[in-house]
Amino acid sequence: MDFLIHPWPWYVAGPLIALVMFLLLYFGESFGMSSNLRTICSMAGGGKATNFFRFDWKSQQWNLVFLFGAVLGGFLSANYLTSEAPILLNPSTVNALEGLGFAKPTSAYLPKKLFGVSALQSLSGISILLFGGFLVGFGARYAGGCTSGHAISGLSNLQVPSLLAVIGFFIGGLTMVHLFFPLLF
Amino acid sequence: MKYLKFLFTGILFGVILSKAEIISWYRIIEMFRFESFHMYGIIGSAVILGAIGVQVIKRKQVKTKEGGPITFSPKSMSFPRYLIGGILFGLGWALVGACPGPMFTLIGYGYLSIGVVIFGSLIGTFTYGLFRNRLPH
Repeated sequence: MDFLIHPWPWYVAGPLIALVMFLLLYFGESFGMSSNLRTICSMAGGGKATNFFRFDWKSQQWNLVFLFGAVLGGFLSANYLTSEAPILLNPSTVNALEGLGFAKPTSAYLPKKLFGVSALQSLSGISILLFGGFLVGFGARYAGGCTSGHAISGLSNLQVPSLLAVIGFFIGGLTMVHLFFPLLF
Repeated sequence: MKYLKFLFTGILFGVILSKAEIISWYRIIEMFRFESFHMYGIIGSAVILGAIGVQVIKRKQVKTKEGGPITFSPKSMSFPRYLIGGILFGLGWALVGACPGPMFTLIGYGYLSIGVVIFGSLIGTFTYGLFRNRLPH
């Protein structure tokens, strides 16, 4: 069972993600996580504001169950499948992040500087998390999908629009990390 | 009971995201700094196997569990929609280090502060719904 505890290499994770996509296709659905955000907006009464949220969200219940499973998967991993070893990042990433004021990475998945208690208690800290989330939610819906819907499902189906979206993801991500990080941190 | 299979597939997905460190903020930054093959290997191998599998499904007309056809909906072509939307998404993805799947797995993992990010993403989705008629698609 040791192999379950150690971090999984890419050649295990990638094929398994393809398997997840095929399972959902076999069940008659499709792999796309960000649709759930629209569904949740509909459930919360978003349909009163705009017809974009007026659709039969009950047809999307399977995806909410899938999402709940993904939450459970995180819980199970944290409690039963965890090693305390620090994450093995490229040292130059670690150095660059230290230069921006991020502490040396531990086994934690999120940095305290952005997600710790003191960050949550400051206006700038909360604003960064809210704004980052806003961009993810707005961008995913504008582009019609996120990493699962475009990068995995869309590219697997050789969709040019998905390739454009993924190129956009990278333009945005590279700009944030290389241009905005030095300004923000 | 018909939802149980989705629950288990979701659990599998959450465990993969956790154990392969895809939910790690640091792995996303490392990816955008081109300093590790890890994330590219994951997405690349998933897409290569995915593309082969999709071709097999189309050619052999593989059926769903219930015996119906497996359908793929082609996406309509547009430049501004995918590029602008994609760039905004990418800016957010790199800042908070999580896309919509990992956000939820992180909650289960015990990182409750990611809830602020999820809340932000719901506001973002809602705002898109309000203004989508005025955006170039």
